[in-house]
Amino acid sequence: MAPAKKRNVISATTTEQNVKKAKIDVNSKVEGVLESRKHANDVFDILEVLQSEKEKNVITAISACSKLFCSMLERKDLFMGKLPEEEEALSGGYSPEQKYGIFMRHRYNGCVEMLLQLLCHKLYDVKESALSCLMKFAATEGQHPLEDLDWSEHYSFPRELIQVVVDRLLSKTEDNSLLFSRFQEFLEMEDVRFYVMTSVRDSVGKVMEKNKGALLPVYQNNVFTLISNINMPSQDSELTNFMVKQEAKHEDWKAAKLTEHKRVFERMWLGFLKYQLPGNMYKKVLVILHDSILPHMSKPTLMIDFLTAAYEVGGAISLLALNGLFVLIHQHNLDYPDFYKKLYNLLEPSVFHVKYRARFFHLANIFLSSSHLPVYLVAAFAKRLAHLALTAPPTALLIVLPFIYNLIRRHPSCRVLIHRPSADGEPLEDPYVMDEEDPSQCRALESSLWEIKTLQKHYHPDVAKAAMLINTPLSEQEDDIDEMLEITNFELMERDLKPPQTKSIPLEFEPATQLLKGGGDVLGQHFCLD
Amino acid sequence: MGKASKNRNLADKVRKTKTSTVIKNNPFEVKINRKKFDVLGRKTKHDVGLPGVSRSKAITKRKETLLKEYKQKNKSNKLIDRRLGEYDSKMAPEDKILQRFAMERQRLHGKKDMYNLNEEEELTHYGQSLAEMEKFNDMVESDDESEEKGLLSAELTASHFGGGGGLLRKKTTGEQQDEGGQRTKSRQELIEELIQKSKQEKRERQVQKEEAQELTEKLDQEWKSIQALMVKKTPKDQETDKPEEKPKLDQYDMMVRELGFEMKAQPSEKMKTPEEFAREEREKLQKLEADRLRRMLGEEVEVSGPSQTHMSADDLNDGFILDKNDKKTLSYQDGKWNVEDETQDENDEEEENSEESEGEGEDDDDGNEDVEEEEEDGEGGDSEEDEGEEDGHSDLDSDRESKEDEEQEEYEETDAKAETSLSKEELKAQQDAAKAELPYTFTAPESYSDLKDMLHGHTPDNKRLIVARTQKCNHPSLAVGNKLKLQKLLGFLLEYIGELATNSPPELTTIDKLIPELYTLCQMFPEAACKAMQGILRDAAHGMEEMLEVKGHVPSPTLDMIIYLKVTALLFPTSDFRHPVTTPALLYISQALTKCPVRSLQDVTSGLLLCCLALEYISFSKRFVPELINFLLGTLNLAVQDKASLGYTVVLPFKPSGKYSDLLVLSDSESCKSWSKKSLPLFTNERLELKTELDKDHHRLTCLSTCLDLVKRCCLLYKDLTSFTHIFQPITTLLSKHFPAQTLPELLQALHSGILEAVNSVAVTHCPLVFEKKKPIPLKLLTPKIVEVLDYGKKRGSNKEEREKERLTHKYKKEFKGALREIRKDSRFLAREKLNDIMKKDAERKRKVRELFGSLATQEGEWKALKRKKRK
Repeated sequence: MAPAKKRNVISATTTEQNVKKAKIDVNSKVEGVLESRKHANDVFDILEVLQSEKEKNVITAISACSKLFCSMLERKDLFMGKLPEEEEALSGGYSPEQKYGIFMRHRYNGCVEMLLQLLCHKLYDVKESALSCLMKFAATEGQHPLEDLDWSEHYSFPRELIQVVVDRLLSKTEDNSLLFSRFQEFLEMEDVRFYVMTSVRDSVGKVMEKNKGALLPVYQNNVFTLISNINMPSQDSELTNFMVKQEAKHEDWKAAKLTEHKRVFERMWLGFLKYQLPGNMYKKVLVILHDSILPHMSKPTLMIDFLTAAYEVGGAISLLALNGLFVLIHQHNLDYPDFYKKLYNLLEPSVFHVKYRARFFHLANIFLSSSHLPVYLVAAFAKRLAHLALTAPPTALLIVLPFIYNLIRRHPSCRVLIHRPSADGEPLEDPYVMDEEDPSQCRALESSLWEIKTLQKHYHPDVAKAAMLINTPLSEQEDDIDEMLEITNFELMERDLKPPQTKSIPLEFEPATQLLKGGGDVLGQHFCLD
Repeated sequence: MGKASKNRNLADKVRKTKTSTVIKNNPFEVKINRKKFDVLGRKTKHDVGLPGVSRSKAITKRKETLLKEYKQKNKSNKLIDRRLGEYDSKMAPEDKILQRFAMERQRLHGKKDMYNLNEEEELTHYGQSLAEMEKFNDMVESDDESEEKGLLSAELTASHFGGGGGLLRKKTTGEQQDEGGQRTKSRQELIEELIQKSKQEKRERQVQKEEAQELTEKLDQEWKSIQALMVKKTPKDQETDKPEEKPKLDQYDMMVRELGFEMKAQPSEKMKTPEEFAREEREKLQKLEADRLRRMLGEEVEVSGPSQTHMSADDLNDGFILDKNDKKTLSYQDGKWNVEDETQDENDEEEENSEESEGEGEDDDDGNEDVEEEEEDGEGGDSEEDEGEEDGHSDLDSDRESKEDEEQEEYEETDAKAETSLSKEELKAQQDAAKAELPYTFTAPESYSDLKDMLHGHTPDNKRLIVARTQKCNHPSLAVGNKLKLQKLLGFLLEYIGELATNSPPELTTIDKLIPELYTLCQMFPEAACKAMQGILRDAAHGMEEMLEVKGHVPSPTLDMIIYLKVTALLFPTSDFRHPVTTPALLYISQALTKCPVRSLQDVTSGLLLCCLALEYISFSKRFVPELINFLLGTLNLAVQDKASLGYTVVLPFKPSGKYSDLLVLSDSESCKSWSKKSLPLFTNERLELKTELDKDHHRLTCLSTCLDLVKRCCLLYKDLTSFTHIFQPITTLLSKHFPAQTLPELLQALHSGILEAVNSVAVTHCPLVFEKKKPIPLKLLTPKIVEVLDYGKKRGSNKEEREKERLTHKYKKEFKGALREIRKDSRFLAREKLNDIMKKDAERKRKVRELFGSLATQEGEWKALKRKKRK
């Protein structure tokens, strides 16, 4: 064992030394190249290291490249304008100066190409340094453009570079979410964000067209991660952080205008949502739709199609679409026919079990808070909710019971649901038709909320207490359901787990003798000890 | 301030001096304030006024105060009265004079002494220094005053009548006598003699009294020295035992008192007949049951005091519980009476116990020691006494034993082995065996690992025995720290049970054996048990919550958790409306039933286990658990082959269709024939070895039969709920339309049809809901409301502070008005005075002018007359 260990140690030290040596080597070469043109050919060595197997070497090479080409860009050593072919350059009548520029420009392009490939490297460290190096190139290129600024409309920004970086980031095979979180730093800069959004739209268009609109889960997930991380500014004055500052006519630059930002943002999202998405992607989009997408769009009404389509899907997706629809109805005058009927049909047993329960009830509370709703509708909602409550967990019951009470309070004519004094008091069957889809036909107003009466026997004391309220006329004050919306089962349990106020804790008085005895012997009848 | 006080003093003086009854009696001065109504019981203050008097009073007061001030107004020099204590009302006038005199003397002294040749100039009166007289030496000794009342003292008479008493006083009475003898006897002398006689008498009396006093003191002293020897006498007794009274206390009195103070014999409780015991027991149970019902309904009324503790009739209420196995049951064995010729070990042990208790706390409950001593006596072989003792117990025993199950008795026998004996030899052998087996005392474990070490390697029965003995050895009534130790033991036991359940294979029999011990401990320390259980539940629920957040679903609860839940149900009442342990436990079960996905037969089994538990929890209270019904529906749905057009919906954790939705569908319908119902082992939820399809099918059928049985129980429990049909509608639809009942064994078919029958037999009609009838609000009555006013005429405020505030504002208002009035009167008075001044001045001036004019006129007249004379 010992010698092997020794060898290991040695090899480790040697590799370390190698790395160190390589680093010194590369760095000295960079200095050499920068110092005089004699050492120009050392560039090849540096680029070679970029492709080496060892990650550490690659990383050092990346930093070396970044240093080398950035300083070259600053010194304007690289060839400007349209780049001739390498052979052409050798043969053509260029001055040695220009020849050197062309040569270096080619090496620069090659380096960018390699870095782009490194973006798909399996190691995150490599990916990250490649990305930051590329963005550094982009920044320096923006300051010292490689193209001639002859066209006045055209502002100096390395759009091509950004475009290729984005294309590369939006991988079809790999989940790049970690890299995106790094990339988000760059997205803080207004111009980068602007051009990234444009590039994303182009990329999505191209890729999806090529794929004929079929699902590309990884790709779409990448796109979503990237674009959902985009923080849009809310005011013109917030546009201050630029990567490239334009010398002339900065104000007129598209990237400096919020309206343009909004337009690009909108197009990007619409372009993304135009194609079919995986099921859970719909949910993800809908969750953030109302507060991070709709407010930043120049024309939110363009989302109507998407939202109505999502609302028709049913289940959890419908519940989520409700939120976006609410924003549109509330702020953008959307008229949605049969909205309440659809809302009524959304009420299924699963409503109480899904994750988005709190959001749904919050919205439903808002929708049903109107005092202009017809009584039959409100009664139908109340009855249906009560009916569904028979399968609901206690946390949901603590929401839904006050919810029903609030409905009855807002519409006093619904009081017959809990108080129908009749002379004969004849027992009757429940006239409510659960399967009826139309709330006007379900005969809810003729029924009573016997379900709540049942829930008075619910095992959880809080629920039972809440259900007891229908025994007496309801108070005028509406219950605030918001505080109950987010309560979890554990919190509910914690309420009881607090040290009891009363000192004596009731105990079972029937002496326990055996594990399986007691409590009606249900367990003992079906199970045995071994 | 000085000025104000001065003014007030003046004013007071004025007021005091003036009011005279003379004026009051003058009918012309009196003004009567006529009252409109006579109010009964009201005291009137201002019915009669003396306006003239009060006005003149006010004017004089002003004249003496305000006017003086006014006249002094613009004067810069002032007369300052420096007389000592002139304005000090606290000083007595005599003091004042004395001090002034002393001051005077001092002042004079300094000046005069400079040139005074005499050492001292002393004022004398009758040749007696005045300064000496001032010292008031001649005061009568106040001590004897009471006795001398009415008698003429020599000094008194001398000073009053004779004069020159000062001379006499200087001499002692003895000298006086001598002197008296020498003189000729005159009338005066006779009188003196008389006086002297009386004086002598007085002196004698005094001497006598002093002697008595001395004697008393001496006696007191002696008494004090003895006092220490007398024990347990209250200070009161000391007071009463005055020397005069002491001899009076004769033996008879003492006897009477002793008898009076003697502790009266308390009536002891009479021995109860077995019937009485049975009745008491029944009543107690009834009371407990009523209590349980009350808690179930969630009524707020808290009965104070833990009435739950199970106490025997002979319980001394000192927390000492005579446990089952330390009682020596009296019985015949092989024709011989198994009198407690106990194993020596046991005896020793008991003695140790008692020693321990004595060593650790002398102030232990007497009753407790009594109990032990009784036991020891019994062991000593005092069989007769024992008989009575044991009889009392045996009744109880039989009562309890009727409840105990077979195993318990078996255990009893093994335990009793050591106690029962046939002969000395065998006894000896058994002793050794017992020695080898188990010690009788155990120290309470300090940590969980201690407990584990203690119990390691013993049989389940012995484990129970060990715990029981540990508990007994460390009974709270034996030592101070024992309570804490046992509370710890309770916590460790719970932990131990959890570990036993997690072992593979789980040692469920041990747990089963430990349950009674756990129950006893729990009865002793409800708070500790509650805390421990809550801790376990909290941890489990917290773990579940975290899992849910991370993964979105949770694995089915482990066996130890199920055991804990079951133990909770055994230790605490599950029917309470709200209980600090059982409510969270039930919540945990329901959470597990909704959140644990069903992906295998094991999951189904553990779900059914939880269902059983839930049903046990609510078996008494019949509360509605939606999750239970949901889970049963979902489980039955697993057995449905064709999942299309169901007509009902299953909720989480089940999915209407998917990979795991056919878990309970039989793979081969033939397997029904070989199936027979048998109980599933508890640990099937963790490891389930089903090798063949046939085994699997059998397991499926068992699950289905359990499930159907649970549904049936639910039907019976919930049949009174108003929404019964709605609740069971999905299940009935499933069972009647989709459930493959025909292919199943007969047992299941019977259950199936039984459920359908039960559901259909329940009425579907209900009365519409109405509010509970309220008490009618009484009509408004027109008879006047009579409120008794107790504090008439007082300002009424709601509370003390408000009343005080009210009072103060009122006072302030009154004072303010009064002050305003006074100020007005002052200014009016001043104006009048000023006017008077001016008028006076004017009059003076007029008079003077007239005088001048007059004199001038006479002058002129004279001059003219002279002129006329000259002319003439």
